[in-house]
Amino acid sequence: MTGLTVNGQHHEVDATPDTPLLYVLRDDLELNGAKFGCGLGQCGACTVLVDGAPVFSCLTPLALLAGRKVTTIEGLGTIAAPGPVQRAFIEEQAAQCGYCIAGMVMRAHALLARTPDPTEQEIRDGMNPNLCRCGTHMRILAAVRRAAAAMRSAAPVQAG
Amino acid sequence: MTQLAARRLRRLVLVVAVVLFGGGCTAGAIAWNPPIRPIAAPAPASFPAATVAQGATLAAIGDCAVCHTAAHGAPFAGGRPIPTPFGTIYATNITPDPTTGIGHWSLAAFRRALRHGIDRRGEHLYPALPYTHFTHATDADIAALYAFLMTRRPVHAVAPANRLPFPLDWRPLLAGWNLLYLHPGVWRPDPAQSAEWNRGAYLVQALGHCGACHTPRNGLGAEETGQALAGGKAEGWYAPPLQAGSPAPHKWTVAELTTYLRTGVDRAHGAAAGPMRQVTDELATVPAADLHAIAVYIATLMPPAPPTVPPRPAPVADSSATAIFAGACGACHAADAPMTRDGAPSLARSTAVNATTPRNVIAIILHGLPWRDGHAGPYMPGFADALTNAQVAAIAAYVRAHYTDRPPWPHLPAAVRAARHDQALHAASRSQAMRAASRDPAVRAASRDQIVRAASRDGDRT
Ligand code: FES
Ligand code: FES
Repeated sequence: MTGLTVNGQHHEVDATPDTPLLYVLRDDLELNGAKFGCGLGQCGACTVLVDGAPVFSCLTPLALLAGRKVTTIEGLGTIAAPGPVQRAFIEEQAAQCGYCIAGMVMRAHALLARTPDPTEQEIRDGMNPNLCRCGTHMRILAAVRRAAAAMRSAAPVQAG
Repeated sequence: MTQLAARRLRRLVLVVAVVLFGGGCTAGAIAWNPPIRPIAAPAPASFPAATVAQGATLAAIGDCAVCHTAAHGAPFAGGRPIPTPFGTIYATNITPDPTTGIGHWSLAAFRRALRHGIDRRGEHLYPALPYTHFTHATDADIAALYAFLMTRRPVHAVAPANRLPFPLDWRPLLAGWNLLYLHPGVWRPDPAQSAEWNRGAYLVQALGHCGACHTPRNGLGAEETGQALAGGKAEGWYAPPLQAGSPAPHKWTVAELTTYLRTGVDRAHGAAAGPMRQVTDELATVPAADLHAIAVYIATLMPPAPPTVPPRPAPVADSSATAIFAGACGACHAADAPMTRDGAPSLARSTAVNATTPRNVIAIILHGLPWRDGHAGPYMPGFADALTNAQVAAIAAYVRAHYTDRPPWPHLPAAVRAARHDQALHAASRSQAMRAASRDPAVRAASRDQIVRAASRDGDRT
């Protein structure tokens, strides 16, 4: 058994320490927001936060997570009460098929926590590791800009 | 003594040395460098196309664009921070803009800058500009470079002010430095060698300035004499030895060197990383004959056979490191992983893994080989956000133990801490420069153009 803290809750999971976090989230904890895209750290569909920083959960074995806090998209808000980044993505209708979106939201969340007032270039550089196969990148960028503006006019963001 | 204290002490000693030395020299022997009369920016059409084309090749070999272009900035417009052990120097604008670039520079002024490190107004340039190498470039090559730069699009852009501590911000001190370390003079071919070898040697030693990164530097930031290409440092990365000290576990052939220089990756050795990636991007545009000449020359400096290392007993399995490697690295680097099956070399072939210092293994674990707009090439995700310092050290130790017979690297945790520290400093100066540039109306307009172009290229079809 390996211990793991996700969205503030402690879990004991029956998985070896080399198991990628992504598998545990989806198969054991039924947190299906993070997606499997490539399994190679190339697409970002699996992005979650570890101690507030964006990581590819497909390349993050449990062995790395002792004493660290994982946040998934399920930890940012609910359907009834989406978080500010989720709300901005909805308002911009940024999703087409939606497969990349959970990863995009997590990366945007981490970017805005570190850089609340990003320049256009900083948004592009920050979101660069994540790909959208449907090609909604322009709307995703608009959503990040909208989230930044909304969050600046509200309370300061807490990472993780 | 803490590392910080050690660094401060080193800085202090250095500053005192420079003050004493520079003060003496500047008071005495140093001649004043007169300004060179400004000229009206020459019309681009006044330069023959063949000379401009030759200049383009030489500029690529000299990597001018690598330092003189800021992240996302206009080519040659400067503003890129160059981290040095003494502080941060910002590369200047070398487009022919009359007020902020070199538009008013005559060929004579340009030649003096390259040969002696003196700008048009007579001010010393910092040796971050590798004029100790450029000084050996031929008149014809300098003229071709000049023709190439003077025919670029002028960009109005002022580089941020250098961040150097007093008294290093006082340029006349460099007169003393130059007395010691600048050795102007015509480059002499070695008659015992082939014309191709000599062409390669000239390109490497003069415009290519390979030694600026691959030669170790002394306390005053000058390349160590007698240590040419023995391995140095560049922007937090290790530039491995290109001579007898090369730790490459497989001998570099001329063909492999040529491929590596042209494409940034060779299947027998691996991929260029860190600042070398931009160098190989530039070299991709250089005629094959010149790259072959460079390879011929470098190959003769390399050891005739790879270093032999006595086998050491199989490493004791560290179960945590094994699990981390399997989960974080194995998807690409395990023996049966798709990337390895596809022909990417085993980590056992890596110069970084076999090097005397863990610097590049740490740097590549932290930063990977990021995607770059508009460039094909190998990719590796960076793990800076995913790994703690102890985990980076554990992976580095694991890779060293499992893929080489070389002794473990000492002081890994300290090396990881230092790499994070350097990276944080560099990222801060880079983002500061980017933010300053994004406030500059000219750059804002240029980047707006770029974004509009990108947008219409991507096509907002949703
Ligand atoms: S699934 Fe993790 S990066 Fe693609
Ligand atoms: S919305 Fe389909 S992959 Fe991005």
